[in-house]
Amino acid sequence: MAIEGAEIVKAAAFIGAGLAMGLGAIGPGVGEGMVAAKACEAIGRNPKEAGLLTRTMLVGQAVSESTGIYSLVVALLLLFVV
Amino acid sequence: MELEVETVIKIAAYTGSGIAMGLGAVGAAIGEGYTAARANLAVSRNPKISGDIFKNMLVGQAVAESASIFALVIAILLLFMDFASPSLLKAAAFLGAGLCMGFGAIGSGVGSGYPGGESCFGISQQPQAGSQLTTNMLIGSAVCQTPAIFSMVVALMLIFIDFGNAPLTPTWAAFVGAGLSMGLAAIGSGYGGGLAAGASCEGIARTPQAVTSVTTIMLVGQAVSQTPSIFGLLVSFILMFKTFPESSMLATPMALLGAGLCMGFGGIGPGIGNGMAAEGAVRWVARNVEHSNELMRIMLVGQAVSQSTAIYAMVVSLVLIFVV
Repeated sequence: MAIEGAEIVKAAAFIGAGLAMGLGAIGPGVGEGMVAAKACEAIGRNPKEAGLLTRTMLVGQAVSESTGIYSLVVALLLLFVV
Repeated sequence: MELEVETVIKIAAYTGSGIAMGLGAVGAAIGEGYTAARANLAVSRNPKISGDIFKNMLVGQAVAESASIFALVIAILLLFMDFASPSLLKAAAFLGAGLCMGFGAIGSGVGSGYPGGESCFGISQQPQAGSQLTTNMLIGSAVCQTPAIFSMVVALMLIFIDFGNAPLTPTWAAFVGAGLSMGLAAIGSGYGGGLAAGASCEGIARTPQAVTSVTTIMLVGQAVSQTPSIFGLLVSFILMFKTFPESSMLATPMALLGAGLCMGFGGIGPGIGNGMAAEGAVRWVARNVEHSNELMRIMLVGQAVSQSTAIYAMVVSLVLIFVV
């Protein structure tokens, strides 16, 4: 079976998309979990500020999410555009 | 050199068996070591009740051991399997089963060590709460084992189900991908569930009267931590049971392999992160039990956000399976 160059490129793009999203999901998942753990600690220490702490947690997590979204974008580009 | 089909199957089964037991031994050994280390510390703080601590340590280690016993079972099955109808597809399924069980046992083994260790240490601080601590440790570490049990189920299905005459390409990649998806995704959930369970044992030792609230939030947190491994199970079921039309293209099997890798790796981070969030919430419910509702709410919101990347990974792997 002769495999053409374009065929190998497509196969590599699929594997690459899987790895990009898969490995890219590790960091944000762990990082956002740390944020949530510390937010729980903060609310435990100072429950009166729960609203402010929830807002801070969500903003921090949104920033930490960005690399996960980059991975998603790259994976979708590899799947549909390249 | 032409290899016979039986030879290829034997190669795959032996390789899978080695991977299953080799990787499967990592987690439980670390987890049990942690338990024993905390038990030593506990005995040095309170040598008078060393008997109770020793008993609790052994019970905790026995539960943590189960993940690697699952791996042993799969490894032995792969070594001595008799197969009625040899086909190259079976070789791929055996390799997938080995990968699935090997990776799948890591997280649960490490995770179950935490409740074991923290409950030993807790007994040295609060000897009268010993039975509550042992019970809570058993519940927590049993939940930690679920990802390893999912992995064993997928491995057994790959070994025993007769997939008939599905086309070799791309089905071989679907089987290897199914193993990777479940096995890798189980790592995070097992470890994360352990973090939550460890914090709950520590919390009960600190405030034994808060036991109900602590156990409740531990179970909720652990349940959410399990979701990435359930996504992995879902993707591996789809990969095993969807019938793929025969294809001579290289891209088709690589898409299925990519789907398995994507969901597998993608489940690790959110599983650990959800576990960390649950650990923080459980720890602070024990210290500030009047505000357990606020803590439960913020834990669930934080976990939901941390879950998002696992959902992206699932979307990409479903696109790889169904769309491209």
